[in-house]
Amino acid sequence: MMLNWLSIDYVLLVIALWLGIGVAGVFALRRFRFVARVLFPLGGVGCLALAGAVLPMFGSTPDIAILPLGLPQLPFHLRLDGLSAFFLVLIGAVGAGISMFAAGYFRNGAGTPPGLLCLEYHVFLASMVLVVLADDAYAFMVAWETMALSSFFLVTANHKLPEVRQAGFLYLLIAHVGAIAILLCFGVLQANSGDYTFANMRAQSLSPAWASIAFILAVLGFGAKAGMLPLHVWLPEAHPAAPSPVSALMSGVMLKTAIYGLLRISFDLLDVHVWWWGGLLLALGLATAVFGVVFATVQTDMKRLLAYSSIENIGLLLAGIGLALIFHAYRMSALTALALTAVLYHAVSHAFFKSVLFLGTGSVLHATGERNLGRLGGLIRYMPWTAWLVLVGVFASSGLPPFSGFVAEWLLLQSFLFTPGLPDSFLNMFIPIVAAVIALVAALAGYAMVKFFGVIFLGQPREEKLKQARDAGFWEKGGMLWLAGWCIVLGLFPNLLIRLIDPVTVSLVGAGLGRSTTESNWLFLAPSSIERASFAPLLFLLGITAGCLIAFALVRVFYHGRLRRSPPWDCGHPWQNARMQDTAEGFGQPIRQIFSPFFRLKRHLPTPADSAPSYHVEVSDHFWHWLYLPVARGIEFLAALVGRLQQGRISIYLLYSFLTLLFMLFLVQR
Amino acid sequence: MSALISQLINLFASVILLLAFAMLSQRRIINLIHLYTWQGLAVVGSTTVVAYVTHQPHLYYSAALTLLLKVLLIPYFLHRLINRLNVRWDIETLFNIPTLMIIGIILVIFAFNVALPISRFSDTIAHGTLGIALACILLSFLMMITRAKAVPQVIGFLSMENALFLAATSATYGMPMVVELGIALDVLVGILISGVFMFQIREQFDSLDIRHLEKLKED
Repeated sequence: MMLNWLSIDYVLLVIALWLGIGVAGVFALRRFRFVARVLFPLGGVGCLALAGAVLPMFGSTPDIAILPLGLPQLPFHLRLDGLSAFFLVLIGAVGAGISMFAAGYFRNGAGTPPGLLCLEYHVFLASMVLVVLADDAYAFMVAWETMALSSFFLVTANHKLPEVRQAGFLYLLIAHVGAIAILLCFGVLQANSGDYTFANMRAQSLSPAWASIAFILAVLGFGAKAGMLPLHVWLPEAHPAAPSPVSALMSGVMLKTAIYGLLRISFDLLDVHVWWWGGLLLALGLATAVFGVVFATVQTDMKRLLAYSSIENIGLLLAGIGLALIFHAYRMSALTALALTAVLYHAVSHAFFKSVLFLGTGSVLHATGERNLGRLGGLIRYMPWTAWLVLVGVFASSGLPPFSGFVAEWLLLQSFLFTPGLPDSFLNMFIPIVAAVIALVAALAGYAMVKFFGVIFLGQPREEKLKQARDAGFWEKGGMLWLAGWCIVLGLFPNLLIRLIDPVTVSLVGAGLGRSTTESNWLFLAPSSIERASFAPLLFLLGITAGCLIAFALVRVFYHGRLRRSPPWDCGHPWQNARMQDTAEGFGQPIRQIFSPFFRLKRHLPTPADSAPSYHVEVSDHFWHWLYLPVARGIEFLAALVGRLQQGRISIYLLYSFLTLLFMLFLVQR
Repeated sequence: MSALISQLINLFASVILLLAFAMLSQRRIINLIHLYTWQGLAVVGSTTVVAYVTHQPHLYYSAALTLLLKVLLIPYFLHRLINRLNVRWDIETLFNIPTLMIIGIILVIFAFNVALPISRFSDTIAHGTLGIALACILLSFLMMITRAKAVPQVIGFLSMENALFLAATSATYGMPMVVELGIALDVLVGILISGVFMFQIREQFDSLDIRHLEKLKED
């Protein structure tokens, strides 16, 4: 009996386990040690089991299950195919590290009790898995909304603070706008057949106009969840408000479910493809990426910085999907597969490194109680584990070899460089510019990451209390170690992951990089042919190591070979203190100057006569003033109009229903 | 025989309509309650006649229920209420009475026009009374709109329920028993709740004038 179990049954078992853990959390509402040391690690084991259960799925036929849940005549259809399995591995692998970290992170204190957090956290995990599994619009929407709600409650864990409540509201609002767009998209996809299963949607063939409407709705809906411009505003508010493991889970995993949804609809459910869809997505993605990275460089709150960096990475992913759509519309399946591989690789890579970074900020926050970059510094001496693990994430995030981020960005750039094969000369001229912009984004991402790591961990501590900071505990270290470890492994052995991506792209677009990964051995990654472009991470690592060693030896042997400590930048100043270091604002200042049209700046300059001068600058987002405030004002105006109906007199209210009744009777009579 | 009975039903219905006009023009609460009691009695009469003609036992039950509830229980409760609230006499309307009468007549004409095509398709013995029932509903509604005090509004609401009952009997020989029982219970609970509510209003504003409720509006 046990042998007949399909992978999907094991996945459902894991979901049941998570829900059970959540319920157990409710019963142990305030028993913090039990929740932290038993329930969260158990949830992490569930994550690992999930990844393990779906690994054999790749390349085999999809599993199908029908759960008699919900409304009568409307069961949940579930399906586990290559694309779902890939994202399930992502959820499982990243979730395992975050759960382990969470075991050491959540503390008893103000806000939601730990048992309730445990429930919300595991419901969140379960709903993400269900989103990926869903095979009809009904199950998908139920899971999607459960995901939005559970994460809303996680974001508002410290609901006593007004700014947290505000962030939560903004998040919920945009999540619902997106959900409406997705619902409408499914409505278009079922083409008036009344059957909302994905199988039926695959069978329908829409006219290009309707397909375009469905695609635009999908981009809006999933873009709202992913943080696409101009629906990105919730990200920089919600991520700092949420507890760090939750930020990590949202940024690392939940944003990827939006990418999953977009891929599912544009490559699986829609059978027509028009080239300008790809162009649209490419433009939106690039705008999002540039916007995100430029804002990331000027932030002074470490979690906001990471949130903007997430926006940037989502932008890169969207641009990659856009490119894949362009290739797909021209039926160039090998190149589509390359672009999709780059997207999926980057999705995994971003999930790992962004989780490490968010978890690292969580440890720093616990140790110091500070999120403001201006009050941190020099922590590498007091928190070496956190610092070095975050450094791995920073390298991966900046796209440096031999870490996972480099492979992803390299693949992405490779796929952009193949565009001369396109039959459209306009695209041929346009896309190299896009590749240049992506290179710019990658460089600025490195800049933002240097700032992030340098200001927090290097230099001198800017506050006295930072010297009491203690390093992360066992569970926190373990979680970050797991995630950072994968950043390195995926950077050194990219073919491991590409072997998983291959069946996915084959099932979506009918081609994969399989040939190149089997032809070239484990050492080389060569997407097209080894002569044209290849990357050997291990050789690269050897080269880097050798270079460092030689430089070190040369310095030791030929230079004076002694360590000398002296104050830098002395400049004749009689004394130096930690406040004289380069600050986060100072470091971001050149970018603020160069990209000044991006920002809405408010400077408060002190007058010369001021005895206690203070300098203060506020950087805000144009989109608030361009889009959100006008919309809000319009709604307020309409609401005021509707409010005039409310006179406060019962007679008037009765008159309304009386007149309505008369009107209806009049209509009946006609 | 059949013509006589159909005339009898029409007689009861027109009495109900007449009483609805009387209630619309009545200024005194105590008289309003009396009129309401009479209206209930007329509904009982019409239902009994329809039950006798059609040999439908459940209509007898609902007539008995109406008698118990709308002729005995609710008027008794209303009398107690106004005695304890001490509002037996004067009430004011928001419009003057002749205008209301004219509006009422227009509503009756409208209701008859609306009901005409519907009652033509109905083959029940009392199909002629559908227009009257609809007119009564609209008149009771009008009464609720034009009264400024809480008790007359509640009576208007109860009178509207009477008219609905009449409409149901005339169009389809009454509603299913379950629905009727449910409505009866609703009316009873409604009157209890509004009784409590009226005490609260008076306690809060020292008056039963519902215009004071405007203060509750949020600006």
